[in-house]
Parts: sequence; C-alpha cells; structure tokens
Amino acid sequence: MSTHTRVASTGSRADAPAAGARIGLTDAELGRPGAAVLHGVDLEAAPGEILTVVGPSGCGKSTLLRTLAGLLPALAGQVTQDGRPVTGPGADRALVFQEDALLPWRTARANVELPLAIRGLGRAERRARAKEWLDRVGLAGLERQLPHRLSGGQRQRVQLARALAGQPRAVLMDEPFGALDAQTRAGMQQLLVEVLRGTGATVLFVTHDVDEALFLGDRVALLADGGLTGIRQVPRPRDRAAHDDPATTALRRQVLDSLGTKVL
Amino acid sequence: MTAVTAPPKKASAGPPPAAGRRTAGFRPVVRLLSLLAALALWQLLTTLDVQLWLRFDQFPSVTDVAREFGQRLGDGAYWQDVSDSLRRIVTGFLLAAVLGVAAGVAVGRSRWTADLIGPVLEVLRPVPAIALVPVAILLFPSNEQGIVFITFTAAFFPVLVATRHAVRALAPVWEEAVLTMGGGRWRVLASVVLPGALPGIFGGLSVGIGVSWICVISAEMISGEYGIGYRTWQDYTVIDYPGVFTGIVSIGLLGWLTSTLVEVLGRRLTHWLLRREGSATS
Repeated sequence: MSTHTRVASTGSRADAPAAGARIGLTDAELGRPGAAVLHGVDLEAAPGEILTVVGPSGCGKSTLLRTLAGLLPALAGQVTQDGRPVTGPGADRALVFQEDALLPWRTARANVELPLAIRGLGRAERRARAKEWLDRVGLAGLERQLPHRLSGGQRQRVQLARALAGQPRAVLMDEPFGALDAQTRAGMQQLLVEVLRGTGATVLFVTHDVDEALFLGDRVALLADGGLTGIRQVPRPRDRAAHDDPATTALRRQVLDSLGTKVL
Repeated sequence: MTAVTAPPKKASAGPPPAAGRRTAGFRPVVRLLSLLAALALWQLLTTLDVQLWLRFDQFPSVTDVAREFGQRLGDGAYWQDVSDSLRRIVTGFLLAAVLGVAAGVAVGRSRWTADLIGPVLEVLRPVPAIALVPVAILLFPSNEQGIVFITFTAAFFPVLVATRHAVRALAPVWEEAVLTMGGGRWRVLASVVLPGALPGIFGGLSVGIGVSWICVISAEMISGEYGIGYRTWQDYTVIDYPGVFTGIVSIGLLGWLTSTLVEVLGRRLTHWLLRREGSATS
C-alpha cells in the first residue's frame, strides 16, 4: 500500500487514477510441463514503470507474459503481484496479444465494452467509456466497424483500448506491434506512450525489436539462452532523436552484443 | 433492376465484381427456368405416355397434380395434415437444436463429459433414426410423441457433431482474452464459445432440418396418425397417384421453406463471418 502512494506522488503520471501493480517472478522456471524454456528468472516490474523484455524469437517471451497473466502456471518459483501469488488470470492484469485477439463478431465498440461488461458496468456507462477509449486511440467514428473492416494497425488500437478500458493495474503486451509495417509501428509506439500517460498502469512489453524496447522501456530486460541475461536502465527523456545520442547508441550496442547475433 | 439496387461501394472494386453482378442479375431467371424446364419435361413425358424402359403411361401429369393440389388447398384436411407435420418437425427440430448444441458444447469443452457420454453417443449415432421406430413405440405412450422423438433423434446428431467440431476449432486467444479480462467460464461460454461456434452450429442445423423431414415423413408413413407422410401413403394404398404427387410436392416445398428459414437465420446471425470471407479475397 505504501509503495502505491509513493509512486502516485513521485511518478510522472500524476493524474493516475489507479496505482500500478508490482509484478514479478522469483527464481521461476517457465514453460510447459516437461518442456521448460526459461530457468531461474528473477524479474520485477515496479509500479507504473514500462519494462520492456527483448529477446530473439522463440526465446520464451510469450511464455513469460502468459505466466505473468496467470494463463500458464510457473513450473517452479514464484509469480507475484504486490507480493501475493498469482494463481490465475484476472482483470487487473490485461493482456494484449500479437495476433488478432478481437472477437470478430463484435464491433470495435462492443469489443472495448467487453471488459466493462465483465466488471458489471451498466450499458450507458460502458458505451461512454468505450467511446472515450476509442477516441483516445484515434478511432473516433469507427466504433461500429467489425474488426475485419479495420486495418491491422487499427485492430491493435482497438486491442489497446480494450485492454486499458478495464482499468487494469498492469498491462502485459506480447509483441503487439510485431505484425505491423514499420511506419504504423512507429506511430503505435508513440500512441502507446501517450495513452499510457495518466493510467498509472505497470507495463510489461515484450518485443524482439531492440529499438522498440529502448524507445518504450524505462528499463530493458534481456532474454536469451533460456534465461534472463541482464537488465539495463534506459536514459530519459524518451525521444526518438535520442537514438543519435551517444548514451543511447552505446546502450543499443551493448544490448545487441549481449543478445548475440540472434537479433537482427 | 438488380444493378440499381447493388451497393455503390462495390462499383469501385473493378471489372471482375462488375462482371459478377451482371451474371447475378440472370441467376433468379435461370433458377426459375430450371424449375419450369423440369415441369415441362414431366408434362411432356406424361401426356405422350412415353414408355422407354421407364414408363410414364400411368404417371399423373403436371396438370393432373395441379388440379388435385388446387382442390386440396381448399380442403381443411390438407391443412390439418400440413400443420400436424409442421408441429412435429418444429418440436423435434427445436429440441434437437437446443440439446444438440448443449451436448456438443459439453463434449467439445470438457474431457470429462466427452469420456462420460461420448461413447454412448458414438454408438447411437450410426443408427438411422427411422430404425428407432420400434424403440419409439415401446418407449412412448402415444404415436405423436414417438414421431417427435424420431424427428428429434434425426436432427440431434448432425447438430451435436457440428457443434463439437466448431467448439474445438475456436481460436484459443479469444478465450484467453476474456479470461484476462476477469471473465469466468459462463462468460467464456456466452461471449466466445457460442458466438464463435455459431457458423459451424448452423452447418449442423442445415443438415439436421433436412434429415428431420426424411424422418418425420417416414415415421408418419409407418406409425402415424395424420400428417403429410401418412396422407401420402394412404393415397398410395388407394392408388390415388395425383394425391401421392400432391404429397410429394408439398413435402418438397415445406422442406425447402424450412431449410431456407434456417439458412436465412444462420446468415443473419453469422454475417460477420460471411463478410470476413468476402473481404479476405480483396
């Protein structure tokens, strides 16, 4: 409890309505029974921070997120949220998928309304909040479209709105922009930073793209060879121009080196 | 005429859809011509009393049947038969739809249920519903209930199998998305499983309504009291061939009507799927 108040008072997102959760893994072994992909993982995301996890494809990034979401039990070790063990999925940890996880028979608005309906909100309030979130992700006017009428980038915006509309305390993002073209992806990264401002939610963002990890992350965790190989603090303020800045360039080189040649 | 009512957004799609729209205008005409040609052939074969191995000399002509049909339409007994058959098929089919979907979801979602009731269902499934007539006579106090039971059994298995397949083919992310929103199993059922399986379920319902007609008519012929199947068989036993053909045409029209209703309902409820497939080609 005390940590929340501390973060709320010191954090850059001063208007945070709900404090972010502290989520973490302690000495965790992750994967499917008999097929562990990650060993001895110690990782903790502080309330309100954006922690990016970068690693090559197939290194277990999705497994890590699905375990934190509570969809997959850890084979060994602890999965915790604010010190309490995570025993299953829950509304305070939203998951944003790389693949199309929107329900194709629901309009954009109805998809965003779903977590609100699960929380038991009335129809009018659901509608108003869904509209507000769709506006915030730049989809005003497209509320009544079915997902297949939207572009890939627009669908990911709806997913983002859906995840945040439920006011989760943590958002787990599994390469959400992985299938988008480079320009759309850059726009989405910018949008993500903007819409997260003010939510106070802790974000764990998984990607294989080092530049994306450095742009979004307050800290970057490196995942390779069956485990966590390091965590780096990213210099701030967050700025695309900072990619030319010597500190960031050095960090980028460092991250690429420690991940080996697997990352392109 | 159809070109005027075509949605304007399709016009921008280029030559192939435009060509498709041009032929689409002829399709109802072609369909109608096909029916008329079949009737004309029937009329020709019967009025010429053709006997080329197949014998049409005793066969009632289209005009004979039409005259008989016209007379029966003004007769209360015909409508009583139609409503008897319809009541049986609607009751049996609706029961099959509800229980078939419920059993299909249970078997498709739960390994326990699949182990518990799966084997029984698999043994019963290959038995043609009409072979259950003796069973129905033993089980039910009245013929009426027996006929509904046969009709139900006929449609139940196609619906069950289609539902089970559709449920097992659902994308896991949909369920995971709802779980991570805090939804429980009933929420998953209502928001993911049922709507997601609906296209497959309607496949089963379309097959089911067809098999239901086969079985309701057969059951009426064997054990019935009234109904179109019963009437058709009665007419045959008194060698009233125009009457038999009136029955056959009525069954065909009613079967077509009911399966069209199922199709239209299915298309309405799963329009998201049809449009998605349409857009996938562009």
